[in-house]
Amino acid sequence: MAELDLYNAQFMDHVHNPDYKYQMEDATCSHEGINPSCGDELTFSIRLADSGTIEEAAFTGRGCAISQASADIMSDLVIDKTPEEAVGLCRLFMGMVRGEITDADELERLDEAVLLRDISHMPARVKCAELAWRTLEEMLEKRCPDTASAEVGRHG
Amino acid sequence: MSLTENELASIRENPYRADFPLLAGNPGLVYLDSAATSQRPRSVLDAALRFYETMNANALRGLYRLSVEATAATEEARSRIARFIGAADPAEIIFTRNASESLNLAARSLGRLLLGQGDEVVISIMEHHSNLIPWQQICAERGATLSYLYLDEDYRISEDELAKISPRAKIVSVTQVSNVLGVANDIAAIAARAHEAGAVCVVDGAQSVPHIATDVEKLGCDFLAFSGHKMLAPMGIGVLWGTRALLEAMPPFLTGGEMIDSVSEQGAVWAPLPAKFEAGTQNGGGIVALDEAIAYLEGIGMAVVERREALLARALADALSALPFIDIVGPAEGERHIGSVAFNVRGVHPHDVASLLDMHTVCIRAGHHCAEPLLKHLGQNSTCRASVALYNDASDIDRLVDGLENVWRVFNG
Repeated sequence: MAELDLYNAQFMDHVHNPDYKYQMEDATCSHEGINPSCGDELTFSIRLADSGTIEEAAFTGRGCAISQASADIMSDLVIDKTPEEAVGLCRLFMGMVRGEITDADELERLDEAVLLRDISHMPARVKCAELAWRTLEEMLEKRCPDTASAEVGRHG
Repeated sequence: MSLTENELASIRENPYRADFPLLAGNPGLVYLDSAATSQRPRSVLDAALRFYETMNANALRGLYRLSVEATAATEEARSRIARFIGAADPAEIIFTRNASESLNLAARSLGRLLLGQGDEVVISIMEHHSNLIPWQQICAERGATLSYLYLDEDYRISEDELAKISPRAKIVSVTQVSNVLGVANDIAAIAARAHEAGAVCVVDGAQSVPHIATDVEKLGCDFLAFSGHKMLAPMGIGVLWGTRALLEAMPPFLTGGEMIDSVSEQGAVWAPLPAKFEAGTQNGGGIVALDEAIAYLEGIGMAVVERREALLARALADALSALPFIDIVGPAEGERHIGSVAFNVRGVHPHDVASLLDMHTVCIRAGHHCAEPLLKHLGQNSTCRASVALYNDASDIDRLVDGLENVWRVFNG
């Protein structure tokens, strides 16, 4: 069963030793995402460089291993990306875990996040895996529309 | 108290599993989620099929033999169910889809009969959402207040708590067994206290009727709701039992075909019980299958079922207590548990526990178990829950323990 690989050492390392789980100072914007049925809560923050790319990404919160590992992997992926590129990656990731996008070449853009592809066989866990990505997409699309603004999002 | 050699030997044996096609066909499957829905024996599945193969016709309406047979099968089932729960009159057995619909019926109809501005409905904090939201809704509609009985540190509703039931209370609705904690409430005491306050007592029997011998006379309640699918019958058939006097006084719940005596342009006369509460074509296959499910349980004997499940619950609670990384949510004593034991693996989210167990074909429930106010009261976000039925045996509990040790290894190296 492919799912057996999900909780592997690489995945568990993101759970136990997340690189991006901390409170960010001077965030450009922050946004909170929740999964009420699981009690997962996550606040995701980014700081944009003058060039408009994401120069720092971090999260705080609590939740299951899948939501936490997914947030850490996403943070690493979106650094140095433009908000538009990041939104594209969020959609690609959500397409992958929902089983809508399976093309390996296309998924290569997700880099390490491909670790979570087997979530597509675990429908009950899709919302856990998506939480960080949904939160970032929502933030970039609605809460943080002006990339030059230093406004902190509604929940920030 | 740990199990004796003889007790352990009896749950190492399993004469039942082979009767259940899903379990028999999946030898490696460990099904510990019967509190969500039970498996069904071959005889029950056959009964549903036989209904459609040999007597399929709309009950009640037809004047031809098939319909008469379908009607007779329905009424035989009604009689058996009445006997099974100690009800004197089969006309007091109302068929519904499930316990949720039964409780919605009770809340809607009783609420319209009894509740006015300033009246009170009392429920317990351990209610499943099915015995909570219908009361929230009807209270809001009637200007009544919904109040709660809370648990003491021993997970019991104390006498002091029961004393809170005021004369303003018109309805007291409680579960007999918690779907999360597996603990039982003293329904006889609660019903007596409700009646003393002048209130009607409704009981959610979804987690009790499948597992312990039920006698509504002894319970002393006025209504009892339960689901077929948690007691070896198919999904989509449930029961509400109520006392004739109250059912006759209550307005109907769903209206339409079959539930009327006569209809004019501007009005209708309701049919007598039980038809008054059974609008539309009933679930004929489900009804005869529920009849067969009860026949299966009676064939074994509810005393035997009750004893085996009590041993399984004790073995389950003991096995979990023996794991140093497990916290039981609820009483640690196995004797307190009917069917279910809730627990957490320290530091691991219940959804991760359930996913990892699933990879070893062990099925448990994880989440808030449709009892969010209870979990909040207990200071929990979510928990794991393992639940047993008569077709489980000691090897299922061994496999759960192996699976939980694996969960702990994955998270703690």
